[in-house]
Amino acid sequence: MRRIAYRSSMFVVAIVSVVALWEFYKIVGPQDGGKFFGVSILPRANDTAMPHVWTMLSRYNRPEVRGSDTKIWSVVLSGTLFSLRLSLVGFFMGTTIGVGLAVLMSRFKVVQRGLLPYLVMSQTVPLIALAPLVVSWGGKLEIGSFVWPRWLSASILGTFLAFFPIAVGTLRGLASAPAAAVELMDSYAASWKQTLFKLRFPAAVPFMVPAFKLGASGAVVGVVVAEISTGLKGGIGRLIIEYAREATGDPAKVFTAVFGAAALGITMSGLVALSDVLLMRNRPKETSA
Amino acid sequence: MSALEVVSTSKIFNQGTAKQVDALVDVNLTVNPGEFVSLIGPSGCGKSTLLRLIANLLEPTSGSVSVNKKTAAQARLDQDYGMAFQQAGLFDWRTVSKNIELPLELKGWDKAKREARAKEMLELVKLPEFADLYPWQLSGGMQQRIAIARALAAHPQLLLMDEPFGALDEMTREYMQGELLRICGETSTTVVFVTHSIPEAVYLSNRVIVMSPRPGRITAVIDVDLGSKRNEDTRAADGFFRSITAVREALRGTHAEHAAANAVRGVEDR
Repeated sequence: MRRIAYRSSMFVVAIVSVVALWEFYKIVGPQDGGKFFGVSILPRANDTAMPHVWTMLSRYNRPEVRGSDTKIWSVVLSGTLFSLRLSLVGFFMGTTIGVGLAVLMSRFKVVQRGLLPYLVMSQTVPLIALAPLVVSWGGKLEIGSFVWPRWLSASILGTFLAFFPIAVGTLRGLASAPAAAVELMDSYAASWKQTLFKLRFPAAVPFMVPAFKLGASGAVVGVVVAEISTGLKGGIGRLIIEYAREATGDPAKVFTAVFGAAALGITMSGLVALSDVLLMRNRPKETSA
Repeated sequence: MSALEVVSTSKIFNQGTAKQVDALVDVNLTVNPGEFVSLIGPSGCGKSTLLRLIANLLEPTSGSVSVNKKTAAQARLDQDYGMAFQQAGLFDWRTVSKNIELPLELKGWDKAKREARAKEMLELVKLPEFADLYPWQLSGGMQQRIAIARALAAHPQLLLMDEPFGALDEMTREYMQGELLRICGETSTTVVFVTHSIPEAVYLSNRVIVMSPRPGRITAVIDVDLGSKRNEDTRAADGFFRSITAVREALRGTHAEHAAANAVRGVEDR
């Protein structure tokens, strides 16, 4: 309990310091930016580039557009929830594919040697280039009465970023079962499946949890980037580009959406952290050798 | 009827290549039911290899291994033996009780029967109050007792142990030896026990098998006549020291031969 109290107080301290630093720079920083040898290095401290923290916060309670009834907080909230749904879909598909591939690769060394280099290569393809492709492929897809919804393309890109760390982490975890434990299972004449579920997966958990954390943030990045580059309506990514266009007239507005995206990321890693606490509650507190 | 029979068995690793290792050559060993046999010898003499051949974790290059008149492979499928290693090898994510139940789970026993047996085994190793703790909450000696309970959970007639007390301190080790003798006496289990320690081998065994390396083989068999009731007084008995001396001399023979062979070939000792 004391650790939780300590951690949450540190969290508040961290936020307060960031706010203080922001406002401090606004007081001492150059209004039109600092130049060294003609290259602008220091950011501008004026209200257009760096609105006051209270301006950003109060912006949440004003209408999205002049004369409208909807306050901006409800727009940002529904955008964040929309993107959260897509990220969750992407994350779960990424988990399924990642864990599935890891099991296949640990079962058949041939698959591991043949597949792993391609998986590594797949992650070097720029996401922005991939996004429009996935959308157009999805649009052409027809499976019976199934119609490819536009949002699914964004989830797929989340999947694309999520599956890789999960596959690699799970693969390492499955291989981490001590040789003596594998020999023990062999001495029981345990089947491959029994060894997988009773030994390899439990042994892999300490490796899988951090992999899931990476996968969850990957899913968020994939979805938000896909929303931005394909202009998908409804999500936080679309709000960020829309509000960024109004940055000169209403500089606080874009920050409301940026914080929404940050909240989205924190929520996703929070969900994984929760699973961490649940899965690791009966494990040794310090990692054993 | 013998509990275990190894007939002119050899195990060659990397046969026919430059890295060929003659781990075991022409080994014969018969163990009677209820007998306690120790395998002792310097590193690389093949004692662990022999144990793994008996457990069917390795296949012999030639010869045959039979357990209870069955092939070693069939005996493994039937779970005719239990096994314990130097590392207790308990699963961190299972409670003590669930660890003991593992082999029973794999055999498909139902929950009530498993729990009853785990309870019985915990009484046998005198740790009944620890059922719901996790292994990492126990000391090394307690973990090793749980590992023995797990090895005996399915009531096998044969127990194979690979330096199970090697990682324990001297006091715990002697206590564990006493406990092992008591447990095997109560369950009339046959034991094949690999060790590095001469007093341990002598204190526990009816017979000590002395092995030597390159190629791995049996060089001497020493009968230990200390009776079936052994206790802490046994460690001070004349017979105990006589047997220790006998084993030591047999081992010295293998060691001298070993050193001479190395001197001639100029091979670095591992």
